[in-house]
Amino acid sequence: MALLEIQRVTRAFDGVLAVNEVSFQMDEGETVSIIGPNGAGKTTLFNLITGLDRPDQGDIRFNGESLIDLPPHEYARRGLARTFQHGRVFGNLSVLDNVLLGAHSRRRATQVRSPWLHLARELFDGLFWPSRARQEEQALRAEAEAILAQFGERLLPRLHQPAYSLSYANRRRVEIARALLLRPRLLLLDEPTAGMNPAETAEMLAFLESLKARGQTILLIEHKLSLVMKLSDRVVVMDEGRIIAEGAPEVVRSDPRVIEAYLGHRHAGQALAASAEDDTAQPLVASLTDERIREEMT
Amino acid sequence: MESFVRTFSDQTINGLVIGNIYAFIAVGLALIFGVGNLINFAHGSVFMVGAYVGWVCMTWWNLPLAVAFVAVALICALIGVIIERFALYPLRNAPPIAPLLATIGVSFMIDQAVQLLFSRNPHAFPNPLIEHRFQIGGVTVSAIDLLIAGVGVAAALTLYAFLRFTRWGWALRATAQDREAALQMGVNVNAVNRMTFAIAAALGGIAGLLVGMYFNTVYPTMSFQATFKGFAAVVLGGLGNVPGAVLGGLLLGLIESYGVAIFGATYRNLFAFVILIAVLVWRPNGLFSLKPRVMQEPLTGTFIAKGRPVPTPGWLIATLIGVALILPILVPNPYLLQILTNAWLLGMVALSVTLVTGTAGQTSLGQAGFMAIGAYASALLMLRLGWPFELSMVGAAFISATLGTLLVFPAFRLRAVYIAIATLAIGEIVNQVILNWESLTNGAMGIAGLTPPSFFGWQMIRPHEMYYFSLVLLCIAALVQWRLVRSPLGRTWRSLREDEIAAQAFGVNLNRYKTLAFGVAAWIAGLSGAVTGHMYTYISHETFTNTTSILALTMVILGGMGNLLGAIVGAVALTALPEIFRGLADYRYLVYGLTLLLVIRFRPQGLLGTD
Repeated sequence: MALLEIQRVTRAFDGVLAVNEVSFQMDEGETVSIIGPNGAGKTTLFNLITGLDRPDQGDIRFNGESLIDLPPHEYARRGLARTFQHGRVFGNLSVLDNVLLGAHSRRRATQVRSPWLHLARELFDGLFWPSRARQEEQALRAEAEAILAQFGERLLPRLHQPAYSLSYANRRRVEIARALLLRPRLLLLDEPTAGMNPAETAEMLAFLESLKARGQTILLIEHKLSLVMKLSDRVVVMDEGRIIAEGAPEVVRSDPRVIEAYLGHRHAGQALAASAEDDTAQPLVASLTDERIREEMT
Repeated sequence: MESFVRTFSDQTINGLVIGNIYAFIAVGLALIFGVGNLINFAHGSVFMVGAYVGWVCMTWWNLPLAVAFVAVALICALIGVIIERFALYPLRNAPPIAPLLATIGVSFMIDQAVQLLFSRNPHAFPNPLIEHRFQIGGVTVSAIDLLIAGVGVAAALTLYAFLRFTRWGWALRATAQDREAALQMGVNVNAVNRMTFAIAAALGGIAGLLVGMYFNTVYPTMSFQATFKGFAAVVLGGLGNVPGAVLGGLLLGLIESYGVAIFGATYRNLFAFVILIAVLVWRPNGLFSLKPRVMQEPLTGTFIAKGRPVPTPGWLIATLIGVALILPILVPNPYLLQILTNAWLLGMVALSVTLVTGTAGQTSLGQAGFMAIGAYASALLMLRLGWPFELSMVGAAFISATLGTLLVFPAFRLRAVYIAIATLAIGEIVNQVILNWESLTNGAMGIAGLTPPSFFGWQMIRPHEMYYFSLVLLCIAALVQWRLVRSPLGRTWRSLREDEIAAQAFGVNLNRYKTLAFGVAAWIAGLSGAVTGHMYTYISHETFTNTTSILALTMVILGGMGNLLGAIVGAVALTALPEIFRGLADYRYLVYGLTLLLVIRFRPQGLLGTD
């Protein structure tokens, strides 16, 4: 059985089909990347998988269980952890507290199913700091520091600094560390290298490769194709809400539809010429230029 | 049957006339919300100033009514521009809760200034119109009714023509629709903002003048009710929707008029608050919008400035407690001790505010409601059930925690400024229920003859006894809160303050942790209310008002959000300083308002910093 099953999922905003009948599957241990031009529906799909948004149609199953009727806070308990496209660290919390929050759904107090017992337990633990709660906190803290240590000296010296004082790249690292402390069965990363320079990107690639080597299942949205091609077992290409190609990186890379829709840097001139006759080519050209600017900047 | 029809039609006329005035207030609020995305709490104060300007014109200078109208419109427009320029323009890049709090500060200052100029007592407002009643189809209509209707229709048509056909009107609508795009197209959005405030304030002032004439009286406290009635009308019609605001105003007037006819006059103010909360929670886009519009909401729900707390080492805390302990021996001045006792009890309320607002990020302006519940619960447990004070006080705290959380629960889905408004309304509803539930609460009479606090036979009568008792309670509350916010629970609370969506993605059940925050806060505030009630020996629905709630929030902002020591420092500063510098006591609300304005503008992280 597949770990994640997306079944004919559709989501529209004001009549625009952001995600249109998308289906795909992921197995445990796989690393899958979703690529596609801006506005292809990648982040919308991510939001649907993580419960931030609800599909209009279709089903999303995780470990055999349908997710779409669960409240958003239940997703973490199932083992889904994500990072956000534009970064959502807790600005006024320290680096360590940011990461520790990732373990929220692992703490024993939060495992209590009855709402009132859960709250009573939180209150009791918060007031009296019993030794079991302190031990749990210490163990999580050690684990958090071990995860942060994997980023070398990037974050360890800044454990007690507030997250708002971090660089953009360091905030991304904090987000990833926070997601890892959940011990996710599926890690969803939304553009983890956005805003990173080539050296930092290479460092992130090495980090993700080490995660993959340890068997972590990863679903990745990424614009930097070299990273995608090196890391992924499988690549899913989206355009205008649909999956237009899917397969091993080298297969996808040579797929003519993908070249046309996405890898068309060298064909941009032709596309421009085509756009004089065909209006639909316009957004494609726009997204390609956007893509090129993005690559040149980073 | 005929008399019923007559009453009904009279109530309808009545409701439409009052509704017309609400519509005036609401249109101004809706314009300001639409253009500036801002909730203007000073609007009612401008309304009140309008009433006083009209009163001065007509009673001091005997000017004709038409001149009074022009004078009111001009002076209020000027005040509107001044408010925009000096209180709000500097905050244009701050989170939306900052300008909201600034307008509260402004309203404190205007209200107190008017009180100082004209005394706090009501003045009779002459009706310059001939007292003439017309019979139209079996309905009695007076001249003032017709005047209000006429002014209302004329103002609506003028405003419509202005927005529809003039360049400035276009600029205003463009700015309301998309501020950035308007700016790009060369619209001077700051000038548009100022103009919007001028128009809104002029309309508000005229409404004040009309209300003064209609009820034949003006008084300084008419401002708060006006803000809230106007705001309820705006919410009914859909935030920022100008025609909706007119309909909302008329509808609110009718509901009140029929409601008063059915339930009685003391219920008048309850309807607006209940409507306000119900609409905010269940139809946040108003009654008249078919498709839900996305509310413009910031991602963080409170007024949290970036920054780190000023370090407070243990020896400093110990020294402060030591000073507080020996103070009655060093300075055995009963007056000073009484003031500090008040500061300790209000400090508990400030702690409770800093828990929900500073730590958990849910801006609360309803904390006095929890105090009122605690005070009444303790009084009733003692008087009706014969509980001793030690038990009734603790019981009251639990009742406050339970009832308070249940009352706020429907508002948990609201964020940012909306939770602030909802909690303010909840505080008012508590007092309105106390006023009207006579069989339980003795209604407007209040409950007298409460025995002073006693603790296992120790009667606290002398000032230093109350001082120590409240100091100990404050220290216990602070200790409890310190343990909680330093634990993983505190981390979880802070995470929902910083970013609810990210917290939720990591499994934080928002409702449960908000319940816990409000529960603990209402427990502490309820305890403070119970002790305060017994200390005063008399409580009524006017003992714990929204002013106390706003004061508690001001203390917290002054001290630093989420900062426990900051809350207590803020409480001492704002309670004790105006009393110690005796000259300031008469100007205390001026001091509070100015403090709020200055801190938000120049030190948003507060004296001791956000924690």
